[in-house]
Amino acid sequence: MSLSDTGVAERSTGAPSAGAGRSGRGLTERLLAVRELSLLLALGALVLVTTLRNDRFLSGQSVKDLLLGCAILVILAVGQTLVIVTRNVDLSVGSILGLVAFATGELFLAAPGTPWPVALVTGVALGAVCGAVNGGLIAVARVPALVITLGTLYAFRGVDYYWAAGQQINAADMPRSFLRLGNQTVLGVPVLFLVALVVVAVAGYYLRSYRSGRELYAIGSEPAAARLSGIPVGRRVLAVFVASGALAGLAGVLYAARFGTLDAAAGTGLELQVVAAAVVGGVAIFGGSGSVYGAALGAVLLTMIGSSLAVLRIDPFWQQAVVGALILAAIGLDRLLALRMAARLRGRSAHGA
Amino acid sequence: MAHDSLTPAPPAGVRPEREPGRRAGLGGALGSWDAAIVAGLVVAGLVAAVAVPNFATGRNAQFLLLDLVPLALLALPMTLIVVTGEIDLSVASMVGLCSTLMGQLWLSSGLSLELICVLVVLLGALLGAVNGVFVTGFGLPSLAVTIGTLALYRGLSFVVLGDQAVADFPADWTAAVVRPIPGTSIPVMVVPVVLLALVFGVVLHATAVGRALYAMGNNGEAATFAGVSVARTKFWLFVASGAVCGLAGLFWTLRYASARGDNATGLELTVVTAVLLGGVSIFGGRGRLLGVVAGVLLLGVVRNALQLDDVDANALTIVTGTLLIASVVLPNAVGDVRARLHRRRQRAQVTAP
Amino acid sequence: MITLTRLRLGATALTLTALVLGTAACGGTTRDNAGSDSGASQAGGTANPQAPIKEGLKIAFLPKQVNNPYFTTADNGGKEAVTEVKGEFKEVGPSEASASSQVSYINTLSQQGMDVIVTSANDPNAICGALNQAKAAGAKIVTFDSDTKPECRQIFVNQVTAQGIAENQVKLISEQIGGQGEIAILSATANATNQNTWIELMKEELKKPEYSKVKLVTVAYGNDDDQKSFQEMQGLLQAYPNLKGVISPTTVGVAAAARYLSGSQYKGKVKLTGLGTPNQMREYVKDGTVDAFALWNPADLGYLAAYAGAALASSQITGAEGDRFTAGKLGEFTVGKDGVVVLGPPTVFDKSNIDTFNF
Repeated sequence: MSLSDTGVAERSTGAPSAGAGRSGRGLTERLLAVRELSLLLALGALVLVTTLRNDRFLSGQSVKDLLLGCAILVILAVGQTLVIVTRNVDLSVGSILGLVAFATGELFLAAPGTPWPVALVTGVALGAVCGAVNGGLIAVARVPALVITLGTLYAFRGVDYYWAAGQQINAADMPRSFLRLGNQTVLGVPVLFLVALVVVAVAGYYLRSYRSGRELYAIGSEPAAARLSGIPVGRRVLAVFVASGALAGLAGVLYAARFGTLDAAAGTGLELQVVAAAVVGGVAIFGGSGSVYGAALGAVLLTMIGSSLAVLRIDPFWQQAVVGALILAAIGLDRLLALRMAARLRGRSAHGA
Repeated sequence: MAHDSLTPAPPAGVRPEREPGRRAGLGGALGSWDAAIVAGLVVAGLVAAVAVPNFATGRNAQFLLLDLVPLALLALPMTLIVVTGEIDLSVASMVGLCSTLMGQLWLSSGLSLELICVLVVLLGALLGAVNGVFVTGFGLPSLAVTIGTLALYRGLSFVVLGDQAVADFPADWTAAVVRPIPGTSIPVMVVPVVLLALVFGVVLHATAVGRALYAMGNNGEAATFAGVSVARTKFWLFVASGAVCGLAGLFWTLRYASARGDNATGLELTVVTAVLLGGVSIFGGRGRLLGVVAGVLLLGVVRNALQLDDVDANALTIVTGTLLIASVVLPNAVGDVRARLHRRRQRAQVTAP
Repeated sequence: MITLTRLRLGATALTLTALVLGTAACGGTTRDNAGSDSGASQAGGTANPQAPIKEGLKIAFLPKQVNNPYFTTADNGGKEAVTEVKGEFKEVGPSEASASSQVSYINTLSQQGMDVIVTSANDPNAICGALNQAKAAGAKIVTFDSDTKPECRQIFVNQVTAQGIAENQVKLISEQIGGQGEIAILSATANATNQNTWIELMKEELKKPEYSKVKLVTVAYGNDDDQKSFQEMQGLLQAYPNLKGVISPTTVGVAAAARYLSGSQYKGKVKLTGLGTPNQMREYVKDGTVDAFALWNPADLGYLAAYAGAALASSQITGAEGDRFTAGKLGEFTVGKDGVVVLGPPTVFDKSNIDTFNF
């Protein structure tokens, strides 16, 4: 698709350093707030409908399950947001998660006394290495991230399969203190969810308030312009992929802690849900706009749809179709908003002149 | 695709000097990419015939070709779509949905199988038209749209048949699709594939439409100025892709005598791999059908030979991923080397006198 | 618009191709007039019970997928048996459980001239054509764990009779919940042939007078996916507040369900039983989440399947009802109706015996 088809609105809004940026940014933020608000409304409606059908849906146990269930997806969605904002995509996250989860299990098998923080750091580092492979290949080959990460989706998973060779790691092989991490709660909130919250907060603050964070939006809005204005595009993109890999690694370690039973297939097909969460959360697939808060809400919404379908006893086969329809609806809505905003901006500049 | 222009641009300062050499280098590399891939195919075939027992037999050729029919079918319209700079990731899901629709119609409608076949191809075209409307009508990036319909159509194919499988297709039909051409070991089904390949090849390489497709891939606006309706042409390409998916769905269902929701899961990745391996640029505007056909065959030969040689399925996963990455990294690397040589020669010419 | 008309032509050509393809075979095939397919004859030749097991038989195991620990264990059992009969063992298979890639592997094996193909079917119909071709090329076909249509193989090695599983599972859960209350079933995917048969028979079993107070409220499907099974278990407990017990006759499902229970308020209150491996369930039996569960020994299953294949290839048996053969350490087996050989009753694992098993 030619850039001119979709580029208009993002180009004028995303780059904060551009001249028209100020008013554009205000508008973007308002629109993003609208998106986050509408996601919250959708979440509320879903909770209401499900609770009316079954009042256990809002019980403490159930809320705890939901928070536990969405934590890993939220972390992955944050990583994906960083990538998508720069007009790239990382399809290998599911495979990285699987590889790291299995590696964590293997680590405990090989060195049973390993304290869990060491496992955590090792996992994050391994994920970062995988991310660096992605980023490095993209820099060398100068081809879209889509293609490279599609390739590494196969490759990382293949390495994982090859390593595991049909073997399974069970809860009994991992230390109690590590497994507790996966199910423990602090004041009724699962630790996993707290970790996810911290990740969201840090990434959100970074994207909003750091120069390099803002530059990511500029890169996604118009790479050529970003390059001309002196932004080290290559380095930023590499860093973004390393970050996405590291977060997938973190998610992998948490996955191991939460599920306890690990084989090489962990996280298969997860990439689709992650992209869906980001897109539903208002991260424009063509880069340059979106927030991690939206993406996190998207992840919560997708998880909640999954569990409320189970609670409502709706044929679980509808779940995937619903996810697909949501993606289409979300990108359609974005397009509509972008067109409206473009029209308004044109109106303003006309007044100004 | 809209969001992929990030990577190819070299550092700004180098660009003007480098462009001619690079283009010639790339052009040269791609011109020879067809030849290289055909040569690769021949070499792989020869090596396999010598080194792998049981490879070079008519029976094995029959198995190999039968396995490749769906892949070859889907790669044809995908080539044209990628040449225009779009992508269709929903192909495998469309095959699945067509397959279950066929099963459901056969199970409950009482229509004749002939009529069902026609209906299924038309339904496939309709599914493709939905993609087309979202991409060209609403101006959305095809990557995002078809990731959405990938989930949607797969979900719907589970909704259509649930967990059931329909398997009581008439034996003479299921036998007919795997039968070889009398007196040879070439499956009958290769004939329609070759015919379709000819049709697509002629359209792409010998008609005004074909030239327009390349023009769109290179520069959408230029194509519009040249009087080609970009939107309509792309729309019909997606329709054609859907119809071919319908055909592939028919074949899949009859060959395995089983219509079920998970048919052809994950095939889209192999199709994209084959198309890129065949030398089609993911940015659009470059690539030839001959290369793609050779790419499909090369994939088939490599997988079949490795399988016959008892290579682990997990290693095969790695091979597929590596082939995909190599097929995009190599042309660029070759182009780079040529450009560098070219520059050095130029510099040498400048300094020599 | 030239472009448009040409493309329309293209579309028409596509439709025409479809029409030609559609009508080429014959006119007007409907579901009613399509004859049922004939299928190859079940057993050929005559059995010679005295025939010795041939040496050097090439026996290949093709599990549903190669990354499944259950099948790894079963295939290792097969390997042990093949070594005992001095054959060549080989394990191949797809990395994802799909019928189409199994077909490709069956073709490869038949091309390699295997004497015996031992497989567990991802789809009872889809791999039939390929198996029949392999049979025609001289291979003997044994299925284990999940069967194909009977005419596509010579012998099916069944882990237990479906009846045996159903009786065992219903008895276990009924004992654990004190003979009354609501129960649910957490299954794998429902086109797994064996799961459906078991569930149907469990329903029959529950009609017996001694189970009159046990009520089956629903069947949920976890797709043999850990996370999905976990979520489904969670959904079950929310949707049915009076649930007393859950049967999960799948190794993935029961482990996920146990993990959910052990970390929730329902631990010990809602009973869980099913089919699971001792290694996966050890922790939950010890912490009191699960009282007792059952399974056959998958290694024995693979072992028996390998012996059945060797006996077939040595013409000791043909797969006809009443044929008898000896399977090494497991003793003598008789082929039943439709070429089915049954491994034996499932083993029940609880606190007292679980530490004596390692698989």
